[in-house]
Amino acid sequence: MKDTFKLGNHEFTSRFILGSGKYSLDLIKAAVENAGAQIITLALRRATTGNVANILDYIPKGVTLLPNTSGARNAEEAARIARLAREVGCGDFIKIECIRDSKYLLPDNYETAKATEILAKEGFVVMPYMYPDLNAARDMANAGAACIMPLGAPIGTNKGLATKEFIRILIDEIDLPVIVDAGIGKPSQACEAMEMGAAAVMANTAIATAGDVPAMAEAFKYAIAAGRAAYLAGTGRVLETGAAASSPLTGFLAD
Amino acid sequence: MEEIKELDPKNRIDHMTYLPDMEIINSDLDKRVVAAMNEYDYTLFTANDVLAALEKDVLSPRDFQALLSPAAEPLLEQIARRAQRETRKHFGNSVMMFTPVYIANYCENFCIYCGFNRHNKIRRAKLSFEEMEREFEAIAKTGLQEVLILTGESRKGSDVKYIGEACKLARKYFKVIGLEVYPMNSGEYKYLHECGADYVTVFQETYNSDKYETLHLAGHKRIWPYRFNAQERAILGGMRGVGFAALLGLDDFRKDGFATGYHAYLLQQKYPHAEIAISCPRLRPIINNDKINPKDVHERQLLQVICAYRLFLPFASITISTRESNTFRKHVISIAATKISAGVSTGIGGHIEGEEAKGDAQFEINDNASVDYVYREIEEMGMQPVMSDYIYV
Repeated sequence: MKDTFKLGNHEFTSRFILGSGKYSLDLIKAAVENAGAQIITLALRRATTGNVANILDYIPKGVTLLPNTSGARNAEEAARIARLAREVGCGDFIKIECIRDSKYLLPDNYETAKATEILAKEGFVVMPYMYPDLNAARDMANAGAACIMPLGAPIGTNKGLATKEFIRILIDEIDLPVIVDAGIGKPSQACEAMEMGAAAVMANTAIATAGDVPAMAEAFKYAIAAGRAAYLAGTGRVLETGAAASSPLTGFLAD
Repeated sequence: MEEIKELDPKNRIDHMTYLPDMEIINSDLDKRVVAAMNEYDYTLFTANDVLAALEKDVLSPRDFQALLSPAAEPLLEQIARRAQRETRKHFGNSVMMFTPVYIANYCENFCIYCGFNRHNKIRRAKLSFEEMEREFEAIAKTGLQEVLILTGESRKGSDVKYIGEACKLARKYFKVIGLEVYPMNSGEYKYLHECGADYVTVFQETYNSDKYETLHLAGHKRIWPYRFNAQERAILGGMRGVGFAALLGLDDFRKDGFATGYHAYLLQQKYPHAEIAISCPRLRPIINNDKINPKDVHERQLLQVICAYRLFLPFASITISTRESNTFRKHVISIAATKISAGVSTGIGGHIEGEEAKGDAQFEINDNASVDYVYREIEEMGMQPVMSDYIYV
């Protein structure tokens, strides 16, 4: 059986969502190809009306565009940016980013849940970027989100799965694909997220700031595939103390 | 010779007292910045303080002070490397491009170092809306999507309504509109925001109000605290982002650099959604006064200040001025700056090829490079020129 995951009515085989920011436009195509990515994110704020350095001209055909609402400070602004994205032909996918902190760029879960509700009703495939909080994730799921995108660490920090325990709870409890987004700095960290059962990983800064962008995109592809394969195989039993006790605690049980 | 009465100190107005119609807001940021700046003794810092600051993920105001101190100078190479990593983390290899558009150069103030000052004999002009539109058209053809609209500081010569109309016209051609005009009240900022502007930059020039008093001899600009609170009023008026700067070289540049960064830091703490930008101007020679020159702020010190801004405020946009040489600008965008102007004319008009500017320039620029040239240079540095990173909502 083919191992796929679904967002709305769309099925994907690649579990690597690639960002398009922070690196040279003419590397986007090679990065997408080496990553084997089927989804690429795009900040609508970067798309221009002019014809010089317009990021839209550099995204290869056949890849699903995932515009984000970067720049929105609340649900209302996110909704407006999403509609604008649809108008300029970016399709029905939308990654919600509601951020009202210019220093750490941490998502505002409350506004994100509100935006999820508004946009799901308008027929968008809504992918909310959020701080991994179970209650907020449930609200977003109930509001019609197509997946949940918790952050692994503050965006751009490359610190890996700093929120691991909370993401694990989301994976266990939320009946939607959980896509780890932000903070993933190395392929090994992406692999770890996948081993835990994440449906996919989204990465940008780690690849954008690598010495060789397309080569790092490829490294991530293999790490994500390896992590997924490990998850499907079922990770082995790990003994906490390293050895079984010689006289069992439960040895007294008689009948 | 015209008699200039403000040359005699007894004829000057009090620079700390608001004039009628100047809005007073509830803010203690000016007191906090001044108190911290006055306490800052940069001679007390050692190389160890600097190295400790470089070890940290998030720098404190004290770390920022260490980076601005003379003890940091010998460590500039290390500081620059750390600044470059921080810039990459937050901005990748993006470099935003923009151009300033001077639409008027009337000015009511008497700032002794500025080419627009009201006693300086220069050609005064303001663009008609027709001229402005032709100017915008010419700029848009170069591919630029962001403009910074500037005026001299004259409410009579370039009133709020005139600036508002300029913003509306600019919105037809550009995605991002910033303003660098005289400080105004929050209601006026709200109006200009509705006209399409979203960024306001105000240079404080120097945070030392005693020094400020001796340089800004007349006009509304003389009122130091009203100028200080301009960014906060702009945010209250609904602007998305605000820009800060001290004109380095007017006074003690280390103290002014510290006050600039700390001002921005406190404002972002109070209004976490506010986007922060910093400019790093040094003094430049002006028409009719070529004796003005940056004294103690050489390129080395300027780079030190820029890197300190980057490490203390890693998320802030940092603009590098056309006042600087092409070589300096080129290298600084690969280390710490994230925004660069191109195709600059500081005269009134002057973006249309083959046409002379209608009014004289505020200062002499060092780098005359065209948009195409700067674009290619950014690419040659392995960086990505970005025309727009903003959406008006």
